[in-house]
Amino acid sequence: MSSTRMTDERNTRSSPTAPPILSNPPASFAQDSAPPEVDAAPSAIRDFLRKRGSGRLADNSFAAVMLLCACSIFAIVLFIFGILVIHSRPSLVQFGWKFFTRQAWDPVMGDFGALPFIYGTLATSLLALCMAVPLALGVAVFLTELCPRPLRAPISFLTELLAAIPSVVYGLWAVFVLVPIMRDVLGPFLVKTLGWTGLFSGPNFGVGLLTASIILAIMILPIISSLTRDIMTAVPNSQREAVLALGATRWEMIRIGVLRNSRIGIVGAIMLGLGRALGETMAVTMVIGNHPNIGKPLFAPANTLASVIAGEFSEATGDLYLSALIEIGLALFLVTIVVNAIARLMVWAVTRNAPARVH
Amino acid sequence: MDFQSKSMRMNNARRTATNYFISGLSILATVLVIIPLIAILFYLIYKGASSLNLAFFTHIPAPVGQDGGGMANAMVGSGIILFVASLMGVPIGIAAGVYLAEFGRGKALATAIRFTADVLNGVPSIVMGISIYSLIVIRQKHFSALAGGVALAIMMVPTITRTTEEMLATVPHAIREAALGLGVPKWRTAISVSLRTASPGIITGCMLAFARVAGETAPLLFTALGNQFWSFKLSEPIAALPLQIFVYAISPYDEWHRLAWAGALVLIVMIMVSVTLVRIFANRGVLKGGS
Amino acid sequence: MGVGILVEDLNAWYGSNHTLQDINLHIPANHATALIGPSGCGKSTFVRCLNRMHETNPIARATGIVKMGEVDIYKDASPVEIRRRVGMVFQRPNPFPTMSIYDNVVSGLKLNGFRNRRILDETVERSLKQAALWEEVKDDLKKKSGASLSGGQQQRMCIARALAVDPEVLLMDEPASALDPVSTSKIEDLIFQLKSQYTIVIVTHNMQQAARVAENTGFFLNGKMVEFDSTHKIFTNPKDKRTEDYITGRFG
Repeated sequence: MSSTRMTDERNTRSSPTAPPILSNPPASFAQDSAPPEVDAAPSAIRDFLRKRGSGRLADNSFAAVMLLCACSIFAIVLFIFGILVIHSRPSLVQFGWKFFTRQAWDPVMGDFGALPFIYGTLATSLLALCMAVPLALGVAVFLTELCPRPLRAPISFLTELLAAIPSVVYGLWAVFVLVPIMRDVLGPFLVKTLGWTGLFSGPNFGVGLLTASIILAIMILPIISSLTRDIMTAVPNSQREAVLALGATRWEMIRIGVLRNSRIGIVGAIMLGLGRALGETMAVTMVIGNHPNIGKPLFAPANTLASVIAGEFSEATGDLYLSALIEIGLALFLVTIVVNAIARLMVWAVTRNAPARVH
Repeated sequence: MDFQSKSMRMNNARRTATNYFISGLSILATVLVIIPLIAILFYLIYKGASSLNLAFFTHIPAPVGQDGGGMANAMVGSGIILFVASLMGVPIGIAAGVYLAEFGRGKALATAIRFTADVLNGVPSIVMGISIYSLIVIRQKHFSALAGGVALAIMMVPTITRTTEEMLATVPHAIREAALGLGVPKWRTAISVSLRTASPGIITGCMLAFARVAGETAPLLFTALGNQFWSFKLSEPIAALPLQIFVYAISPYDEWHRLAWAGALVLIVMIMVSVTLVRIFANRGVLKGGS
Repeated sequence: MGVGILVEDLNAWYGSNHTLQDINLHIPANHATALIGPSGCGKSTFVRCLNRMHETNPIARATGIVKMGEVDIYKDASPVEIRRRVGMVFQRPNPFPTMSIYDNVVSGLKLNGFRNRRILDETVERSLKQAALWEEVKDDLKKKSGASLSGGQQQRMCIARALAVDPEVLLMDEPASALDPVSTSKIEDLIFQLKSQYTIVIVTHNMQQAARVAENTGFFLNGKMVEFDSTHKIFTNPKDKRTEDYITGRFG
């Protein structure tokens, strides 16, 4: 409608705008203002453009479709939650909250409790964090503060690459390399040196809680170190210079100027690593031994929330068994959501105002 | 002139020592990490390369006890599953990224979506597997390639969304203004200017998401299930490369172990190529000139 | 040919920041009008209100009447329709990096769905000639990317791009501020050539530039238009003390 008006208006447009100026223009302006003759040819273009609509409908529908797709991300989360709740009903009804404090796991008798898997998940993840965090922090400090420039790109490239290698490939490596090492080299060594703690007793077949923790540590190391590096890079240089200007050594600069400013983000990065460790499935399933144990020595087989699902889901017979496994999945989902949410908030708190990395 | 008292000098010596000690520790940590990681990587490549042969790409698994055989059906199966996954995951992911970058700037809803995408990224893949099992497999009463594809699609969406958004953020606002200033509608600006300018980065981002889910095993365990034979139907159980690697790795047969190593190499090469490409585009920035 | 612009009681806000206050102005057709003033005085906001580009910023809003010819741009048309009638040249050259020179110049047509090859070809030649860039680029129109040109050439290409849609009004927001002196003088020559065919509004912080190219000049200060008159008057005999302070350089 409006475009029609505008087309009509084109013919009359000069009328209200007689220039009220320059009755006597100064010489400097007058000199070569003899205008070149204008050709009226391109009016085809004007006609075409005037007749194009406002595009409002297209614009609004486009925005709506984009918004819909964006909201599908909410939908996915809600859908996962909903479907897991529905399908874990038999178990939820039968065991209630006690499900998470019961030790029994007896498919034959239909008696299920998640405690051994919670224990296994927490034990492997925490052990993995203990091994990975100090090393990851060391690597991040080295990369941001000490590393000679030419080395920086290849090393961070390598960490990115390793973070992307599939779980099953790490599992494959662990089965054929890590397990024999545990059985023949590292295990006996630990028994000899730390056997007195009681943590390293019992038979050692190479598979078990400790082996799973080590492969987890290897897998989350690149993640934690590259996130920590991003966070430390986000600390403005002025902070470093301010500390150095006071006569601090490099380590004091790192401790006061960098680590203190980014500690929330670093904790967030560690928690993201934790989130990954909690849910890691394939590599753990392949080396943990898959037996619901609690409080046994570190060489003993164990099972985690994720690995029990992977190991038993396809042979689960009966609604209760299946729903117990799905309830474990639900627990895993909720825990990782919470851990990741907290971790993201912490990382965002530090990096949000920093310049974007890709630029 | 002696500016420093004796105790100050002692103190300084201690500070310098601490400095060197910590620097040494961090270098040590890096060496401790980098060397084994490189070793793992090279071991995987070495084992894979020595196990790979032509039959791997052309044959289906041989029966137990026979030598030879390959993973041709698993690679084709992976291809089919990934095709289904990309068909759903890529458009939704890109569209969501376009919303975040082009329409949602500064809006609370966009922040919430961005946050949810990041959190969803951290949800274990096995959870996706059992969700899709509960949704599709139970209802259809059989495992299927389609179910596997949907599970992987769900995993692709948050990654692609965030990469698309990041890549679109590298397109200078001035270029969008140029288009808008010419009277180009916003939807056309988003597609023909913003997306087109950022397309190399977005394409490689999709490749990386693709390569990542190509290695996912857990979501396929109870959806695609695996298959020892050829299958091309979306409604039937289908073989997939990572599933096959998993089954063969925990099997007792040497010949199957060899195939597992070869399969792992194929996955690693895919990952390497896509990570390298993403890196190139991220470093170079999406565009040259045109500030 | 261009149309005149009538501005009545224009007010604009960025968030809670009142950046334009009660602007009343009559910009004559087919002349160049310069807007000068210290940075942050609202002159850029003002030109953006003339083609509703300020609306691309979600926190910006404007009230008042802007009439382009007889069209009230805030009532009678959508932003898209207005911007098709008004060419805009930005402070920094902003070519589309993925497009060739040819595609850059006719992007306003192609992206709006114009498909006639013959007219597109003609338009490229006409606009590049108008922008005094034709001779320099005519041999690699489709071979070279728009971003591969030098800064001054890019800006002239952006002017050609704005002219290709055959606008009635050409808005220029400090078009030469990012350029070297040689390119600047080329752009100024260009404005001098073009102003007989288009209504040109040029924002500049360079007073000599205003004096060289514009018949009329408006002086902006702190979101208000202090004075508007013929350029000659503004620079030789300003009415307002503040204008005089500014043009004589006695300004803070």
